[in-house]
Amino acid sequence: MEQLKTIGRELAIGSHGGWGQSKEFLDLVKSIGEARSKAEEDRIILREVESLRRRIAEPDVPRRKMKEYIIRLVYAEMLGHDASFGYIHAVKMTHDDALPLKRTGYLAVTLFLSEDHDLIILIVNTIQKDLRSDNYLVVCAALAAVCKLINEETIPAVLPQVVDLLAHPKEAVRRKAVMALHRFYQRSPASVSHLVSNFRKRLCDNDPGVMGATLCPLFDLISADVNSYKDLVISFVGILKQVAERRLPKTYDYHQMAAPFIQIKLLKILALLGSGDKQASGHMYNVLGDIFRKCEQSSNIGNAVLYESICCVSSIYPNAKLLEAAAEATSKFLKSDSHNLKYMGVDALGRLIRINPDIAEEHQLAVIDCLEDPDDTLKRKTFELLYKMTKSTNVEVIVDRMIEYMINISDNHYKTEIASRCVELAEQFAPTNEWFIRTMNKVFEHAGDLVNVRVAHNLMRLIAEGFGEDDEGAESQLRSSAVDSYLRILGEPKLPSLFLQVICWVLGEYGTADGKYPAAYIIGKLCDVTEALLCDDTVKAYAISAIMKICAFEISEGRKVEMLPECQSLIDELSTSHSTDLEQRAYELQALLCLESQAVESVMPLDASCEDIEIDKNLTFLKDFVQQSIENGARPYIPESERSGTSNVSNFKSQYQHEASSHMLRFEAYELPRPSPAHVIPQVSVPTPIADFFPVPETTYNSETSQASKLSSVADASSAAHGIKLHLDGVQRRWGRPTYSSSSGPSSTTSTEKTTNGITHIDGVGSQSRDKLNESRRQQPEVSAEKQKLAASLFGGSAGKTEKKATSTQRAPKGNTRNAERPGVSRSVSPETSKEKAAPSVPDLLDLGEPNPTSTTIVDPFKQLEGLVGPTPVPSPLDNSVKTSGLETPDLMAAVYTDLPPSGSSSGSFTSTTRDMHSADKTSNTATSEPSIKKGPFPQDSLRKDARARQVGVTPTGNNPNLFKDLLG
Amino acid sequence: MIRAVIVMNTQGKPRLLKFYEFQPPEKQQELTRSVFAVLSGRPDNVSNFVEADAIFGPGTRLVYKHLATLYFVFVFDSCENELAMLDLIQVLVETLDRCFKNVCELDIVFNFNKMHTILDEIIFGGQVLETSSERVLKAVEEISRLEKSSSSVSFVPKSVSGRFGR
Repeated sequence: MEQLKTIGRELAIGSHGGWGQSKEFLDLVKSIGEARSKAEEDRIILREVESLRRRIAEPDVPRRKMKEYIIRLVYAEMLGHDASFGYIHAVKMTHDDALPLKRTGYLAVTLFLSEDHDLIILIVNTIQKDLRSDNYLVVCAALAAVCKLINEETIPAVLPQVVDLLAHPKEAVRRKAVMALHRFYQRSPASVSHLVSNFRKRLCDNDPGVMGATLCPLFDLISADVNSYKDLVISFVGILKQVAERRLPKTYDYHQMAAPFIQIKLLKILALLGSGDKQASGHMYNVLGDIFRKCEQSSNIGNAVLYESICCVSSIYPNAKLLEAAAEATSKFLKSDSHNLKYMGVDALGRLIRINPDIAEEHQLAVIDCLEDPDDTLKRKTFELLYKMTKSTNVEVIVDRMIEYMINISDNHYKTEIASRCVELAEQFAPTNEWFIRTMNKVFEHAGDLVNVRVAHNLMRLIAEGFGEDDEGAESQLRSSAVDSYLRILGEPKLPSLFLQVICWVLGEYGTADGKYPAAYIIGKLCDVTEALLCDDTVKAYAISAIMKICAFEISEGRKVEMLPECQSLIDELSTSHSTDLEQRAYELQALLCLESQAVESVMPLDASCEDIEIDKNLTFLKDFVQQSIENGARPYIPESERSGTSNVSNFKSQYQHEASSHMLRFEAYELPRPSPAHVIPQVSVPTPIADFFPVPETTYNSETSQASKLSSVADASSAAHGIKLHLDGVQRRWGRPTYSSSSGPSSTTSTEKTTNGITHIDGVGSQSRDKLNESRRQQPEVSAEKQKLAASLFGGSAGKTEKKATSTQRAPKGNTRNAERPGVSRSVSPETSKEKAAPSVPDLLDLGEPNPTSTTIVDPFKQLEGLVGPTPVPSPLDNSVKTSGLETPDLMAAVYTDLPPSGSSSGSFTSTTRDMHSADKTSNTATSEPSIKKGPFPQDSLRKDARARQVGVTPTGNNPNLFKDLLG
Repeated sequence: MIRAVIVMNTQGKPRLLKFYEFQPPEKQQELTRSVFAVLSGRPDNVSNFVEADAIFGPGTRLVYKHLATLYFVFVFDSCENELAMLDLIQVLVETLDRCFKNVCELDIVFNFNKMHTILDEIIFGGQVLETSSERVLKAVEEISRLEKSSSSVSFVPKSVSGRFGR
């Protein structure tokens, strides 16, 4: 027994010729395998790295030893430990003349070094030499290094040699040379632009392998510039024809398919070349039809070619017959038991519906199945498909599904994506406002921190404006329903910041609008928001502004505002806040509370968020005041640009910084202070997106003007602040842009007297801005009309029809006779399957609006039947066996070593014995060349294995080290 | 193109890492870990495909195969076909099996440099080079034959002297 073990051990180490490693390496691997924790493993490797560092630096390391050290270094680095001290030795090893050492050196440098590493310069010369070597293996090794290590700058150094290799007698070398050139192209297209003819030439290489390799760079070249390669269409079609007709040598067959990888590449290239080109596509129809007819559907690779053909057909100029074949193949994919094929089917369907949306019709159940599938990948792919086929008739179901899925995943990356898709679909297809707001609420609640800020602003805009309908009642109903839902949602813990901002804004604007809730209640809620743990400054700013608005509305209504204690403490807190913005807002609120109702009303008019705000950039309303001051002896205002010297306000700061940095004493006298109003006011009028507030000019005004202008600036400040917070660039076109018109002299004087808050439009300006508004509105419908047209072209029927449909389903979503009928059919068919839940939603989801509903109802049931009864998920026995064994053998290494007595030589014997056993098995079971799908494990086989293993005294439960056999036959 | 080939065991320990675009070692570890996190969370009997744009950037996908105690993972971009990549894993595994006569994780750990040689004959610079495991095997055998012969000529004396030197 002991002897057997030793022999086994020997075999494990030395049986593979020159590849075997030394005992030390074996021990290292073994001890790592036995390590109980990550920390222990790290310790072992660190020790190893240290010893390598010491030994590798010794003066006279034998070369074979060095080779082993380098391999051990590669191993250490693979496990995540720094091996940079050995890089130079790996580089040196590439200089060695002995082939094994050179190859090891090249392997190590390709794994260690990036293309921009400093040491590369030491290798380039060797590579140049090796590319000219007589030994083709040396050339191949050098070519492999070229692919990985040569960057844009060093390409010219090796390019001539690589090009020479295109004529090398060995086909393997020619092939690799082509691929190296491809790599150069990827690195820097310009470097090989003069060599394109070489690629074309290699397409006619005698060796099909070289031709196949040439397809890779050609694919890249063609995707960059389709039109220069149209002349090759005939050649590619010819090649594909030859390949498909099995004219290539038998050695290129793979699982009974003729050179499938070459076929796939060719199909990809043809898809590029035929896209939108009727003439080029015409050449391809024949050969594509052949492939569809002949393609082997039992093997994995056959399906790969088939899928690629579907992609090709859906990309080139459409041909009815081919599309039919493609649809048929797609439906086979979708009906398959294999998740992989279903995935491909869903993807293919997504491509085909772009050409003919009706194709999706017959697969609705299969698609629903995929949506219900436990496989995440499949689910996501299906959502992608649904996203592509969403329209106003099915948007509710699809978005609801998406949100449901979104809530349940933890992968932030995908959550972001699906949230933005939900928003996009909802914005585009929302049937009703209520639905839109409800949907948005859900999205914000569950993925609020992941969606774009713009979305929040759109939502606020929508609540403020409605959908542009002129129905005041509906609008206020919408608002109060929004307020209701937000007050309810506020009870939930941990709402995302962005959502809270929306809530605060809406509560501030419309919280008290319908009189349902008392102001104190809303203010209390808003105060609660700011006390939440995760409340950031922006939310606080929104909240206090909202409180301010509510107070203003109350005051202007003539009611007295009672200051809640929590609100007072909030104001106190914020007025000493580090954030100047919050401080400002708190002071504004306090100031506002002291004003009388009339003033407040003009500062904060009710429901004025949609009004245009006029900003008089020239501050003409100050003219009187300025005139007066000048008459009183003040210095006239000099615009910033005309000022000279150091007194410039804007560069004062930078100068100050400069001083601070240089630590120099200043010897010049400081400038005299200038009258401040002239400095401050221009800044007031220019709303920069960063500034959240505008400083209230605290200057010496005449008492009467001071009141008015202060008011106006407060009003400006607050409403402009909202405007800015609301991200004006997205909103402008609906809200009307703040008219920065310089010609509005009279208008602004009046506005000083009344208010600048935009209630009063002076006609000229107003019409101007209205023009702009109209213009932007006109542009908008154009876009959405385009989208609708696109949707219509996607899913059949004219835009008008879909619109009609949309309204009808909106009113009576399930009243449609066809809709009512279909779930009945599917339900009666499938009482035992779990699709009952899905079935009722089928028609909504995949309602494709075909013109003759009666005919489809006649055809459909059978297809549905097939779809339902066919794919009952029978777990494939192969996967099962792999799973169980995989589960029971968490770590082969550990299992091997722990299960056996720690005699040191155990592992070898174990593997050898089980190996013997399996080679015996193999003879009894000779169907090795069969495709893997067909093969399952044989229960008797595993029993036999078990028994035999017991005979040799090993307990093999689950520790069977060569389970690949199950796969390989 | 194929971005990376990762072989790791069911504990997440890397057995072979090959990135066709350079990644610093720390990044390699991070990527391996995130791939493992995704794969270990997937039930059996589901598809072999995973969209990997969260890990490897937009448009990337990975195909994996769970065999015994190992995951074989190929990461690639939109220029490749998933089913074909699945077959390429099959080619790799078949070749390994022929090469090591019933391959097991042990073989792969001890001979990872041979693994690299085999892989280099199947994938070259991120593109599929060869899909016939016979021909791959032939090429690999040719390499080891030539290596052996060259080593017997050039450095057996040295190694012998090295052994005497100790």
